[in-house]
Amino acid sequence: MDTWKHRLPPLGQLGPFIALLIACVIFGATTDQFFSGENFSLILQQVMVVGVIAIGQTLIILTAGIDLSCGMVMALGNIVMTKFAVQLGLPPMLAVACGIGVTALFGLINGLLVTRIKLPPFIVTLGTTNIAFALTQLYSKSQTVTDVPEAMTWLGGTFQLGGTNVAYGTLLMIGLYLATWFWLRDTAAGRHVYAVGNNPEATRLVGIPTERVLLGVYVLAGVFYGIAALLSVARTGVGDPNAGQTENLDAITAVVLGGTSLFGGRGVILGTLIGAVVVGVLRNGLTLLGVDSVYQVLVTGILVILAVTVDQLSRKGGH
Amino acid sequence: MRSTFTAAAVAATLFSLGASALAAGEPVIGLITKTDTNPFFVNMKEGATEAAKAKGAVLMSAAGKKDGDNAAQVAAIENMVAKGAKTILITPSDAKAIIPAIKKAQAKGVMVIALDSPTDPETAVDALFATNNYKAGELIGQYAKAAMAGKPVKIATLDLFPGHPVGAQRHNGFLKGYGLQASDARSNELSKPAEVVCMADTHGNQAEGQTAMENCLQKNPDINVVYTINEPAAAGAYNALKKAGKDKSVLIVSVDGGCQGVKDVAAGKIAATSQQYPLKMASMGVEAGLEYAKSGKKVSGYTDTGVTLIAGKAVAGVDSKDTKVGTDLCWGAK
Repeated sequence: MDTWKHRLPPLGQLGPFIALLIACVIFGATTDQFFSGENFSLILQQVMVVGVIAIGQTLIILTAGIDLSCGMVMALGNIVMTKFAVQLGLPPMLAVACGIGVTALFGLINGLLVTRIKLPPFIVTLGTTNIAFALTQLYSKSQTVTDVPEAMTWLGGTFQLGGTNVAYGTLLMIGLYLATWFWLRDTAAGRHVYAVGNNPEATRLVGIPTERVLLGVYVLAGVFYGIAALLSVARTGVGDPNAGQTENLDAITAVVLGGTSLFGGRGVILGTLIGAVVVGVLRNGLTLLGVDSVYQVLVTGILVILAVTVDQLSRKGGH
Repeated sequence: MRSTFTAAAVAATLFSLGASALAAGEPVIGLITKTDTNPFFVNMKEGATEAAKAKGAVLMSAAGKKDGDNAAQVAAIENMVAKGAKTILITPSDAKAIIPAIKKAQAKGVMVIALDSPTDPETAVDALFATNNYKAGELIGQYAKAAMAGKPVKIATLDLFPGHPVGAQRHNGFLKGYGLQASDARSNELSKPAEVVCMADTHGNQAEGQTAMENCLQKNPDINVVYTINEPAAAGAYNALKKAGKDKSVLIVSVDGGCQGVKDVAAGKIAATSQQYPLKMASMGVEAGLEYAKSGKKVSGYTDTGVTLIAGKAVAGVDSKDTKVGTDLCWGAK
């Protein structure tokens, strides 16, 4: 009995692929423009910012945490690096490093509050999301930063690959996913992330410094938000104080759609990439179909519920 | 929209009270904007603060956390009435939901003036000082029509988000100005005549404007006129068109007249924009508040605060001003 439940774990991980496949088949059948290298390249460019944020988010969710501040911290990094370059006249690379430094610092603050004062991540990041948002608005005076040096927008440029324009930023995103995938799978530090999320008490008892692992994960996530900030500058060509507002929850959506368990300890980072692409494919495909954008929000909501339901059922099946 | 969750969880009302004490006997005027992040409202607040300082009033200000945040505006009205404000100026985030709170304030003798956006019905407030958004749309529609000089047109509209009256008025006004089938100014539905080949939402945001334009170009690469809800969305659309090598052949029109937007008109990124005047709305509101405190006389009805077509190149048959005029009158950092 219950054999169907035992088959669910693989389904849980295949879920995002299946959803992506179904969406592609539907849009491919109903529009002429969907299946083209150019269109897929565009979709990847459109998800590169949320995609890289979602790497950091995945790491945190793997430890059974959550980060509600990701998009706002990214926006702060975006404004810091552009204003440092344009207004203070810092060399672009140094300005970018400062921006990433600020987002990493926010990760450190989140991590310290979670590990030292033992505050729940939900509350900590609910607080820091507002702090980051306010700092962004105050520092930028809510004004867009223009005339960003070209060195900072280089990642938004494209090169030809088999007749299709591919953005450098897309390659960076995919590279970061592969590197993180390898790190999580094949290094001791990476496996400690899963262990902390699975059972922190047992992990501590076998001698793994759980607090240091957690703190490291939050700082690392901050670094990813900083890289995402650079990608958002590269894509739009400006410093935008209103960046990150949709990415904040879209990143969590991508992680959940990608099959990572919100209870921690389970998930594959590449699933998150698929999850982010699913959101991008829906937006692109529904625009091509001429469907009202509200339906995109509706479909995304239904998919999220489906994803967490599959996760929950497969957990019960596994025990 | 998707971050509504965070917004609701936090429901932060940013509240500030002018440093000068209430005891000074100066009348208290409240200003409630939609957000503190849009330069349009930031400028409106600066204008009101200056006018209040110059003319001897105490200005309290508050804002929602994001567009559509009605709860924060209701709380702001209640707080301001409690603090003794006799006039409240508000840019309603939700045209209908704010009305009960306005009625309560009015019952306590407070004059309520809507700035920038009307309530629904418009008569729920004592007066409305606002841009005629339908007319703002019509102006850029007429401009686009004249600039296209009878060529067949394929239009993309990069809109705000569903259900917003200002988004609908500008969109429909634009189509009307272009001479296409469109609903009147009272409709909240976006019209879609055959010439409109793609419609997408931007939330008035540059990154989303770019994404929307990219997707529209995939749908129909022959788009040659782009209407945008505001100038950040237009800047995003320009980015997408430039990457596709179409920035020279596609005409972008917009609404707002912020300084950055006028710069983009001067640089040829945006062909024309309808400029509106938040400073004027704010200073008129403060003056009305002072008059009410002095003589007890309320203002009433709708006052159009004006809109000017700013174009990079004038076209025959359509009145427009150049970007020099636009820069003199623009709002935001010059």
